[in-house]
Amino acid sequence: MTVRSVEDLLRDTRLFADLPPHHLETIAGCAVTARFDEGAHVFREGGPADTFYVIRSGTVALETHMPGRGPARLVTLHDGDVLGWSWLFPPFRWHLDALALEPVAAVAFDGVCLRRKAEEDHDLGYELMRRFAEVIVSRLQATRLQLLDVYRHDG
Amino acid sequence: MKVLDPRGLEALLEALVERGYRLIGPTVADGAIVYEEIRSIADLPAGWTDEQEAGTYRLRRRDDDALFGYAVGPQSWKRVLHPPSVTLFRARRDGDGGMELVDGAEEPEPLAFIGVRSCDLHAIARLDRVLLGGRFVDAAYEARRGRVFVVAVNCGVAASTCFCVSMETGPRATSGYDVALTELLEDGDRHYLAEAGTGRGEELLAELPGREATAGEVEAGEQVVERTAASMGRELDTEGLPELLAASRDHPRWDEVADRCLTCGNCTMVCPTCFCTTVEDVTDLAGTEAERRQVWDSCFTLDFTYLHGGGVRTSPRGRYRHWLTHKLGTWHDQFGSSGCVGCGRCIAWCPVGIDITEEAAALREAPE
Amino acid sequence: MAEPATASHFLPEPYRVVRRHRETADTWTLDLEPAAGGDALAFAPGQFTMVYAFGAGEVPISLSGDPARPERLVHTVRIAGATTRAICTLDRGGVLGIRGPYGTAWPVDRALGGDLVIAAGGIGLAPLRPALYAALARREELGRVVLLYGGRSPDQLLYGPELERWRAAGVDVHVTVDRAGREWRGPIGVVTTLIERAGFDPERTTALVCGPEVMMRFAAAGFVRAGVGAERVFLSMERNMKCALGQCGRCQLGPVFVCGDGPVFRYSEIEPLLAVPEL
Repeated sequence: MTVRSVEDLLRDTRLFADLPPHHLETIAGCAVTARFDEGAHVFREGGPADTFYVIRSGTVALETHMPGRGPARLVTLHDGDVLGWSWLFPPFRWHLDALALEPVAAVAFDGVCLRRKAEEDHDLGYELMRRFAEVIVSRLQATRLQLLDVYRHDG
Repeated sequence: MKVLDPRGLEALLEALVERGYRLIGPTVADGAIVYEEIRSIADLPAGWTDEQEAGTYRLRRRDDDALFGYAVGPQSWKRVLHPPSVTLFRARRDGDGGMELVDGAEEPEPLAFIGVRSCDLHAIARLDRVLLGGRFVDAAYEARRGRVFVVAVNCGVAASTCFCVSMETGPRATSGYDVALTELLEDGDRHYLAEAGTGRGEELLAELPGREATAGEVEAGEQVVERTAASMGRELDTEGLPELLAASRDHPRWDEVADRCLTCGNCTMVCPTCFCTTVEDVTDLAGTEAERRQVWDSCFTLDFTYLHGGGVRTSPRGRYRHWLTHKLGTWHDQFGSSGCVGCGRCIAWCPVGIDITEEAAALREAPE
Repeated sequence: MAEPATASHFLPEPYRVVRRHRETADTWTLDLEPAAGGDALAFAPGQFTMVYAFGAGEVPISLSGDPARPERLVHTVRIAGATTRAICTLDRGGVLGIRGPYGTAWPVDRALGGDLVIAAGGIGLAPLRPALYAALARREELGRVVLLYGGRSPDQLLYGPELERWRAAGVDVHVTVDRAGREWRGPIGVVTTLIERAGFDPERTTALVCGPEVMMRFAAAGFVRAGVGAERVFLSMERNMKCALGQCGRCQLGPVFVCGDGPVFRYSEIEPLLAVPEL
C-alpha cells in the first residue's frame, strides 16, 4: 500500500477527517493497514503499547481476565472506532486484551513514531491530544452510563 | 335587594328543607367552626368569632349574637363535593373466571350549603375547573355538584390570616351562588340583606318574609364588605408569580422552609382547592368481592411520587417546593388561574406556622 | 337510579387473557380480548391503558401491540410489585380490568418523508413496538427505518424472533447489551454508542426514544449531538399514576401531567424539566 492510499483512509475516519493536510501527511507516514483473523488478539494486557488502531471493519472486544471468573468482556468496538490509548502515556503498556470477534481490517499507527513527531511539532501534538481527549471523554461517558446499570430491576 | 329579619332567615332554611335539601352549614364542634348538617338557625355559631394566626386557631365569644361573625375554619366545601372517601367501583369474581364490575356511584342527595364565603365560592369554581373542565369529567363530582343549592354570605369579619383581596376572590361574593346574604347588626338586631344569583334563588327569596331594602340598608351592606376588605390580615403579591416560581427552583428559601416544614400535609387537607387523591383496593376474606375507593391524598406523602422502588420527590425541600409552586405557579399553566383563593387556612393550620404569603414574598428576594 | 350525565371514567371493562408469553425471567406479554366480545379498544402508538387486577391494584401499562389489529390488546408487563405480579401470574382465561387508551402518541406521521430512528432501552421497546408496526405499514413513505435497542444482558432482550423479522422487512436493527459473556456475538456497550454508527440523515430524521429516564436523557442528547433537532426527538415519560385522567395530581412534572400532556413529549419541551432533580 502506498502512503497516498493510507492518507485517503485517514480522511475517511471520524478521528482525522478535518485534520489539516500537512498533519494528515505526517500521520499517514506513521500508518499502515492491518488485518486480524477472527479469534486473534490485536493486543494483550501488559504488552507494549506502541501501536493504536482505527477499525475499518469488524468487531473487537475489550476483555480482562478475572481469576476464577475467566475473561470478562467489557465493551465492543466497531467500524470507525479508535482502539488503544495506552500508547499516549507511560508506562506505555496495554491495560486490557483486545480480541477480534470476526475478521478485522484496521489502520495501524506507529505510536513510538507519532510520540516523537508530536514532541517535535507541538501543533501536531495538540491536534492529536485534542482528538484523543474527545474519544476518551465519549468512552468515559458511555462507561459511566454502563456503570449506572439503568436496566437493573429494583423493587 | 331584599331585607330578611331573623324569622326570614329561619324561613329560608325551612323553605330549602321543604324543597328536599339537606342543610350543611357552619356550627361549633370540637373548638372550631365546621361545616356539618344543620337543622335551623339555632345550630349556627351565634355570637362566636375566630381568632387566627400562623399556627393558631381559637374560638372567642363576641359581644353580640351575629350568626356569621367569623372567617373560615379547618374544613371547606371540598369535604362534601370531593369527599375524603368515594367508592369508585365494586368487582365480583364469578364462577368461570370472569369479573363483574359495577360503578360505585350513588344517587347524590340534594344539599344546600349555608354560609359559603366568597373565597370558598372561588374554590368551588376551581374544583369545577379541575374535575369538570379538563379532558375528563369526574362523573360522581358532576352529579354531586348538580344537586347543590348555594347560600353565600358576604364576610363581615376578616381573620388575620385572610388575604382574599390580594387573590381577587372576595370578600364580596360575585358569582357561583343562588342567594347571597349580608348580615347587618344594628342595636342588637340582626337583619339580612339578600340578593339572588340565579332564577331559583329569585324564586326562593320571593317566598320569604321581608321587604325591599332601603338605600341606607344597601349602603350599610356595602360598608360591611368594605370594612372587611380594608381589614385583611395579609397580602400576597401575585404579580409575575408563576414565572418567578418557575425560575426559582434553586432558590435558597426552599432549604430554609424545608428546615421548618414537617411535611404533615395539614395544609393540603384544609386547602379548599387541593384535589389530589389516591386509590385503595379492599377485598373480602373469600377473595370474591373487591372494592376500589378513591381517598384524599397529599403531595407531602413519601410515596406520592413512588416509581421504580423509590420516590421521585422525597426530600421535604422537594415536596414543599412542589406544593407551593403548584398552588401559586403551575396551576396557571394547567387550569388558567391560581390555585390559591386567599382563605388563609394553610397558615392557621400549619403546626409550625408556615405562611404562604411570607414564603411567596421571600422568594421574590434575590438570593444572597 | 337516574342515569348519570357522564359515565364514570374509573370503571374498567373486563378483558380476558387469551395468550401468555414469557419474554424474560420477570416479563410477560399478554394478549387480551374483551370478555364481552367485539373489538378491543382502538389506540394510537405510545398510548397506555390502566390495567386493574382484581383486588390488587391498577397500574398504567403501555400498549405494545399493532394499532391496525383491533381484535386484541397486547401488553408487555414486567413484575415490579404486587399489582404487576398479579397481572403476570394470571392464567390464560383470567380476567383483567382495562380502561383507556390514555395519553399522547408517537408522531409517526411526522416522520414520513424522512428517516425514522427508534432508540429503545430495556422494556422501553414495548411502548415503541406499536410505532414500529405503524412505520412498517407505511414503509414506502419512509427513508431509513432504524431500531437501536439496548438491554442489560442477552437474556433480558424482548421480542427476539421479531427482531429478525423486522430486519427482513427493511428495518436496520442494531442490538447491544450492557454486559454479556463470550457466547454473545453482538455489540457490548450502552445503546447511546449505537447512535453515532447508525447511519441516518439527521436533517430528515425523527427520533423516538423510550427507556429508563437516565438512558433517555443520554440518548436524546446523543441525537442532538448527531445533528437531529431537539424538536424532532421524542421521549416517553413515566410517573406514578392513579387516575390517568389528570385529576389525582400525582404524575405532575412541573406544569405538565404525564398522563394527559404525555407520556410522549417533544425533547425540546421536556428537556428543561428533566434537568431539575425532584421536580
